Amino acid sequence: MTPGQRRWLFFAGLAGVLAFYLWGMKGLPGFGHYPGPYGFILNRIAVGQTNATGVVSAVNFEYRGFDTVGEEFILFIAATGVATVLRRLRDERAESVADDEVAGPASARTSDAVRLAALLFVGPAVLMGWYLGSHAQTSPSGGFQGGVVLATAFVMIYLAGQFLVFRRISPVELIDVVGAVGAAGFAAVGITAVFLGLPYLANFLPLGTVPGAVSSSGTIALISFFVGVEVAAAFILIIGELLEQTLIVRQGEG
Amino acid sequence: MLTSYPVAVTSPYSAPSSLMDVLQVLILVLVAAAATGVVLIRVPVRQAIALSAYGLLLALMFLAFQAPDVTLSELTVGAVALPILLLLTLAKVRKREK
Repeated sequence: MTPGQRRWLFFAGLAGVLAFYLWGMKGLPGFGHYPGPYGFILNRIAVGQTNATGVVSAVNFEYRGFDTVGEEFILFIAATGVATVLRRLRDERAESVADDEVAGPASARTSDAVRLAALLFVGPAVLMGWYLGSHAQTSPSGGFQGGVVLATAFVMIYLAGQFLVFRRISPVELIDVVGAVGAAGFAAVGITAVFLGLPYLANFLPLGTVPGAVSSSGTIALISFFVGVEVAAAFILIIGELLEQTLIVRQGEG
Repeated sequence: MLTSYPVAVTSPYSAPSSLMDVLQVLILVLVAAAATGVVLIRVPVRQAIALSAYGLLLALMFLAFQAPDVTLSELTVGAVALPILLLLTLAKVRKREK
């Protein structure tokens, strides 16, 4: 096939894609015109039904909680996959890692300004992560966002050149267990409802009396907490495995 | 058939809708420009940093379109977690190549 023919083939395909694309766009609702009705219904009834003023969290952890269980396990399985693929190599060269840890991996190269800035951000990141994870029921936040922010606090500690500290406060065995507890906790909340004779993931805890209070919303807050724990552990695990892998390769071939 | 519903919630703190329109158009243009920039940058490390900036813009876009929850998710994943994972992977690949 000559370049000329190939170009014509490309243009023919492009025209086809463009035609279908424009056809599809024509059927979309106008900009800013939500065709409903679920969003409007939920806006009206969600706060009354769940006592959670964070309606997005109420949707995620209550109305479509079953979908969120699946999403949570996607991340859990991804982290498990990363750990499974990367850990075999670490065992092969475990001795060289020990040497590197003693020397301190990043300390030789990281500038003081970066280390100081990273350390300064550790406290705010922990606070922010904890706040987001524990306030899903009151305001826009939730366990997922909180978990990722918590995990970045650990990355800050690594950036400050403290891989030893990073490992000491997040040992692989502990992070494995914490992640599993978080993932299982969500599923367990759902199964507990079944044992109480309710549908899976039904909100069986007292909803509280004041809408928007931290203690309100029953299982929504609890599930958000478990999600936060699981997400933080999964991200720390993935980042930790990658960091360790980097160190091993650096040491093994340096 | 298009039923009309009130689209935006207004409160004493709401910005004038004309101002919001300008803000939304501006942020959409910036997002398009940043996305093009990320594609055009060919050096992987710089691309990861540009991707982080793009994630930040995308987060601001979601905020301008009244989706603070998505803003938080995009901030944490798009602007922080994804670039970190990319940089770590690049560091690993680079060491292996040497």
